[in-house]
Formats: sequence, structure tokens, C-alpha cells
Amino acid sequence: MSGGVDSSVAAGLLQKEGYEVTGVTLKLWGGPSDTGCCSVSDVTDARRVADNLEIEHHVFNFGDEFEDHVVGPYVRSHAEGLTPNPCIECNRHLKFDKLMRRANALGFDLIATGHHARVVKSNEGLAVARGADSSKDQSYVLHMLDQQQLRQLKLPLGEMKKTEVRDIAASMNLRVAGKPDSQDVCFISNVKGSRKKFLEQRIDLRPAKVLDKEMRTVGQVDSIEMVTIGQRKGLGLSGQGDPKYAVEINTEKATVTVGEKSELYCDTTNVKDLRWAGLPYPGKVEVQTSAHGRTAPASITSMVEWAEPHVRVAPGQSLVFYDGDLVVGSAIAL
Amino acid sequence: MNEKIIYLDNAASAPIRQEAIDSMISVLENCYGNPSGAHKMARKARRLIDDARDVLSFGLGCDPKEIIFTGGGTEADNLAIFGVHGTRGGTVIASSTEHHAVLEPVQRLGGKLIRVSEDGSLDLGHLSSLMDEEVRLVSVGLVNGETGVIQDLEKIAEIIKSQAPEALLHTDAVQAFPWLDVASSAKCADLISIAGHKFGAPKGVGALVVREGIEISPMQLGGGQELGIRSGTQNTAAIVAMAAAASVTVAERENTVERVAKLRDALADKLQEIPHSYETGVELENGKVDRSNKIVGSCHFCFAGIESEALLFMLEQENILASAASSCSSGAQDPSHVLAAMGYSRDLAGGSLRLSLGHATTREEINIAMEAVPKFIEDLRKTGS
Repeated sequence: MSGGVDSSVAAGLLQKEGYEVTGVTLKLWGGPSDTGCCSVSDVTDARRVADNLEIEHHVFNFGDEFEDHVVGPYVRSHAEGLTPNPCIECNRHLKFDKLMRRANALGFDLIATGHHARVVKSNEGLAVARGADSSKDQSYVLHMLDQQQLRQLKLPLGEMKKTEVRDIAASMNLRVAGKPDSQDVCFISNVKGSRKKFLEQRIDLRPAKVLDKEMRTVGQVDSIEMVTIGQRKGLGLSGQGDPKYAVEINTEKATVTVGEKSELYCDTTNVKDLRWAGLPYPGKVEVQTSAHGRTAPASITSMVEWAEPHVRVAPGQSLVFYDGDLVVGSAIAL
Repeated sequence: MNEKIIYLDNAASAPIRQEAIDSMISVLENCYGNPSGAHKMARKARRLIDDARDVLSFGLGCDPKEIIFTGGGTEADNLAIFGVHGTRGGTVIASSTEHHAVLEPVQRLGGKLIRVSEDGSLDLGHLSSLMDEEVRLVSVGLVNGETGVIQDLEKIAEIIKSQAPEALLHTDAVQAFPWLDVASSAKCADLISIAGHKFGAPKGVGALVVREGIEISPMQLGGGQELGIRSGTQNTAAIVAMAAAASVTVAERENTVERVAKLRDALADKLQEIPHSYETGVELENGKVDRSNKIVGSCHFCFAGIESEALLFMLEQENILASAASSCSSGAQDPSHVLAAMGYSRDLAGGSLRLSLGHATTREEINIAMEAVPKFIEDLRKTGS
């Protein structure tokens, strides 16, 4: 229970269904940028919701694991010029590994979360599928769950729209019914410039030259670690003709190459860690490249072969493959 | 599951003494006048507070005029450190295993921390090396809240006197009062903090002893109560309750210590049998465990390969209430700075368990704990969580 409306309603619904529910909030972070799912005030919200529902509530401190598996890799990825997805790593290592093992050890049968996604029957047994509220769908950040994890997972909000969730929260008199949705990276404040400040404390941010295709210096950025493929703003190029986009980032040489929008498009994306939920799909799948991005059709061989030219995927991002609503595989962009 | 609560978290808060409850209710019902007032009910309240001061002065080995009532142990610690720094400036140093109520003020003032040895006792050599003429205050707790380790304040005071005669010694005796004769153990301290809820009074009341002749600056200004050092209307009922609890604690202390020592030793001996268990603050000699450097209410271990939170959860399912390190404001268990200072690895410290006994702990409760703890540790090690 994060103290947000989704996990609160999930707990309430399961309790109504007759499950013996215990609320758990993970204390993952306690730094000065403590604004997201791990702040003390959110723990208080979660605890008060649990009090409301008359269920037990515990706080588990997984701070060390969060540092090891989420924050550390996030920082290292940025240092290497990659675009990491910390929510996926948090789900992979914290919620569905560490917490699941803890739950099993303490004698619990299932864990439930307030994610907007579904667990459905598939050829392989079970699969993650999109939630009914497409605008809130979170199947992308749950794509990596295996059969064992899916067997022990309940997602009570999967069939619901967010508005329904808020209505239920209100009807249950949950104090968080009107609380805004959380967003972005929970350990970095939403205030502008926070990500840079956060990274600055942990790694040396290096300035980089901005080059055009002819290798002429056309601008400068003060930290290459903050630049993402496809980025247009903040490259120090304003007023220099047509909009230019970051098309190549070379952290070793500390250069960012910019080009036309058309150069951002590619026919294939090289990937690593290619993984199928069941047998590989010979035909086309729909590929999603960010948490709330649109999908595009592609064939998957040893790489992702786009049906239509696709905007380049920032290295480090997860690509999740769908057949309809069903998650069928995934890979990480190189 | 066993029905009755088995309370082994006395170091966090002790059960309230009946004497404290009775005296408190009587004040709440009959003596609600403001102790700073002039009429007879006010004067009565004032008298109750001064009587309480007399009672506590016996237990603390000080003159009644040297006692400043506060809103608890944290306030007493803050008042001691900021108060002394306010009048004397200079450098403040503290043991690295102090409670956060000492550590945070010391860090705020840019102070230094003294190392401890593996057994938790203060590294006197390091203390010596930190001493210079700039040092104005040294804060070392008489008994550590996590491990129950007792510090030798006499030796510490000697070092201070010989190397930094300008410096004062403050001791946080919050954890000591139920078990030690603070009047003698902290005789050499210039300032002493206590907290009522550790020995059977309610929360929200404590005291700071400030030896005569020492000036400290107040942290809150107002009506000038408590010799102008701690303004704010005194909490008559809580102060009276604290004196009542102190009185019975002191009167029964010798018997309590003798009785609880046996229970603690039985429990700790049993936990020693668990493979890969490490009892903190003890010395091992020829297979015998010497616990004489710990208060008898403390049974504190680290168990390899388990996590405190999981163990505490399982104990709670059996109604056994305990804790690990100090809890943070969210209720999560924070990694222990005390064990880190004693040189325990973060992993091992993550498997700590503090079973703290109190005046009300019974043999039956200890028997249940002796059975449950080894069993749960075995279970957790099997599941690898």
C-alpha cells in the first residue's frame, strides 16, 4: 500500500471479497527528495487507510535493496548514457521478488497490488494483460513477471476505470479518494531540475559538445548524462534554423550529434535480453517502448523489425511486445 | 496462538505502574489548577510538583533545585546539548552509539563522535585523542538503548577532567534508570537526562538534572517556569506520576534486578544455542558468557541469515512484542547505527533482535519466548527470507 488511491481500493476490495488482508508499505527511500511512494506522509496515509479498513498494516524497510537494485543501476545507466526505467526494476526486484519472498516466508498465499493490469489465462498458463483503463494501463511495468509470480498475484483493479476506482474509494470513505496520482521517478522530486541535482550528488556530470552531421560544433550541453535520444530542448540550439534532435550520444567522446527529425526514424532496433512469455511469435506483434507510449507493429527476430519506420528507442528502454492486450515478450533497446 | 500479550519491548516503553496511574488520576480529577497561579488549588499543584522533585532527587542523587522537568527524554537531551552550547560554545562530542536525541543535536552543532569497541564500550583512547581546550561538552549515555551496554562514566569523567577541565559531562540515563542506581553510577555527570515512560510513568514527561552552578540557556522562552530554563505550564499529573513510578522503581530495584537477571540469562543462554547467533555487548570466556557489562533487562542478539522485520512479524503473530533497532518515524526498522559503530556488518545487523525485559516480565513469558524465537529463526532460515 503506497498510500495512494489505487492500492487502498485494492485492499478494500479484497477485504470485501472475504480475503484476510494485511497491508504492507515499503519504505524504500528516505532521502531529501523523498516525495514519491516512500515518504513518511504517504506511509501515514497507507496506515490510516488500513485503520479505516480495520486491517493490519506493516512497514517493511527495503531501503538497501532499493539502493542496490533501483537507485544504483539508475544512476549507473545515466552515467553510461542510457535511459533506465526504475519502476520496472523496482517491480522486478522489490515488489515481486523481495516482497513476494517475504510474504511467502511469513505464510501469506498471495500478494496484491493496485496496478492497472490483469492476470489472464493464456497458452502458457497465465499472462499479464492490459488493464481495462487504457489511459492508466500499467502492464508495461509488469511485463517481466513469470508464471510463479503470476500465480501468486492479485490485481483487483484490472477490470476498472480509474474513475470507478475513485468512486469506490469515496464510497468506502477512504481518506485518499481525492489524492492525486503519483508520477515520474518516486525518489526524485517533481520540481524542475531535481533529476540533475540528484545525479550530480552521485556522479560527475560532464559537459559535452553538440555536433552536427558534419562534426561541426553547434552547441554545448553541461551534462551529457542528462541527454536522451530524440531530445530537442536544452541542447543550446534555439534560433538556429530547423528544429534539431539528439540522434546520437557518445558518452566516451562526450559528444551529442543532432540531426533532422527524419534521422530519428529507423527500420530496426537492436535489442538484448529478448524474452518470450511462451513460444516466440513468428508474426507481427505490437511493441510499446515506454510506460505510457503508443504501440507500433513489428516482427521480432534477433532484433525488432518495425513494420513502418519508427522513432529511435533510447538505449536502456524496455520494449514490451503485445498480442492484443496480452503481454507476449520483451527486450531492452541497445 | 497464545492469547496473552508477551511484552518484551520494555526498553521502548515500560508498562505503566499502577502507582503512577492512581496518582495521576487523582491530580487530573482534583488538582487542575495552574501550578504557576496564586490561589490555593494552584499552590497545591505547585506543591505536588515540588514534592515530586524531592522524590526524584533521591533517585537521581541530586538537589531538588537541580531538576528541570521536561516533556520527555528527547527534550532533556536537546536541552542539555543546546543549553550548554548556548552558554559555553565550543566543541560538543558524543559517543557514536548515542540515541538520535543526542546525535542529531551534536551533528547540528558540528560536533564529533567518539568510537566504541566491538563490545560497545567507549573507546577511551579515542575519547582522549578528541579532547582539546575547545571541548565544552561530552555526552555519553549511561546505558545504550539497543544493546543495554553500560558505560563507565567515572573513567570517562576522569579523562575529561584531566584533559579538558572546561568540559562538562552529560549522560542520557533514560535506559539506565529502571536498572541502575543512577545516583551513584552518574554521580560524576554534570547533566543527566531521564524519561518517565521507561520506568512506568506515562509518555511526555522527563527531567534534566543540571548541577548547581552550571548555567544553560533555555530552548523555549515564556512564563519562566522551571527556573526560567523550561518555560511552559508544567504537566502536573505526569510529573506526579513520574515521581510515583520512580519511587517504586527505586524501592524495588534491587529485587527486580535479581529476579529479571535470572530470566534474562535463561533466555539469552537459550538463544546462544542458535547456530550463527551473536549476542552483543558480552564477553566470552572459556565458553561462559559474561553479561556483567549489560543491564539485566537487555537480551540483544544478531542472527545471521535472517531479517529482523520478518522475525518480528512472526513473533507478533504469537503475541510476542519486541523490536530490533530503533524504529524510524514511518514505523519501519532502520539499520542500526549502534551495531554499525560496534563493527557489525550491515547484513548481520539486519538480523538483530532486542528482547527487553521489565519489572513486570514473568517466567512464563520468558518460557514462551525461549521456545518461539529459535523456532521462527529456523523457519526463516529454511525459507531463505
